[in-house]
Amino acid sequence: MLPTPRTAHVDYDRIYEPAEDSYLLLDTLAKRSERDFLRKRFPRNSPSPVVLEIGTGSGVVLAFATAHANHIFGRSDVLTIGTDVNPFACVAALRTVELAVSEANTAGTSTGFCLGCLEADLATPFGGHAVDVALFNPPYVPTEMVPTAPGDSSVATPFERESQLLALSYAGGVDGMEVTNRLLDQLPGILSRRGVAYILLCAQNKPAAIARRINDASDDWVAQVVNSSGKTAGWERLSILRIWRT
Amino acid sequence: MKLLTLNFLTCARKTCKSLPAAFPLHPREAELEQVETDMNAALIKNILPRLEWDAMKTVTTELGLPNLPAETPAPEDLATADGEPSQTLKDLHVLLMDTAVVSGKLVCGNCGHEYAVKEGIANFLLPSHMV
Ligand SMILES: [Zn+2]
Repeated sequence: MLPTPRTAHVDYDRIYEPAEDSYLLLDTLAKRSERDFLRKRFPRNSPSPVVLEIGTGSGVVLAFATAHANHIFGRSDVLTIGTDVNPFACVAALRTVELAVSEANTAGTSTGFCLGCLEADLATPFGGHAVDVALFNPPYVPTEMVPTAPGDSSVATPFERESQLLALSYAGGVDGMEVTNRLLDQLPGILSRRGVAYILLCAQNKPAAIARRINDASDDWVAQVVNSSGKTAGWERLSILRIWRT
Repeated sequence: MKLLTLNFLTCARKTCKSLPAAFPLHPREAELEQVETDMNAALIKNILPRLEWDAMKTVTTELGLPNLPAETPAPEDLATADGEPSQTLKDLHVLLMDTAVVSGKLVCGNCGHEYAVKEGIANFLLPSHMV
């Protein structure tokens, strides 16, 4: 078992707390089948893979991918970077990465290299097919609406602003898919020719239907559910969808 | 934010994205810092093919940093004849891995929008009328 990054420094009044969904993403990256897939896709001595985590929250996934790059990719020359709309999350995520990397170094493991964390809406500042691996634990809970992103600081009090930032980390709008659909639209522009995305979905998001939609839409992309957890009444509560260019 | 990040970023506005003038973003009034990191020769060698060399040259010139070579260095330029790290490798390591933007602005060459960097975090959120 690879150590889970420490997040004791993270303020959960302001930042999404790592939960079953975050841990399912970690479990997926550590899984034998995914490591084999990624190692084959990014063989040693091919150009260094760039890993982008969208919506880092506490940074537990970004830190895991950075600190355990060697275990996941079979190489430590991996670049990682994060985005979050919440500036508190950006700061906390960088700290989480720093702690996990120094813990791995103390244990004698070489790690990937984190470039930073940007305050951004999904992957909007990335262009030119720069990203090789996108990781996304989206706001997937069906809600009446998605709160407006904090581009304007029109929200009055700091407390309101913090509540809004926290709501942005789980409120997924119609079917819980409004934010994920926006990211799916961005994927062809940000992913490289070797690009892969891992996206967490809940049962209400209808993961099998989304996979079918992607597989039917074009021969250039493939989608497949590669991990799941929390079986209730025959339904997987959470799944990880892997989407990749053929 | 490491300076190398600029190799991957464009203006966040939809209307700029695909335009050559929106890349690279231009650092203005940038405060840089250097934090020594462990040398990873494989990392430098394997990011070379990913570097937009002309863009990185533009950025380093604008920051007043030592000029980069005219062309992307070849892998064999990274080690000396006796297998030691070459000066080119050391210089690239300092520039790409050790150098970070702490504060300042990143300016789009197309629309002129300025993205602020504060305490090492760049802010790419746009007001709703600019998305
Ligand atoms: Zn622009």
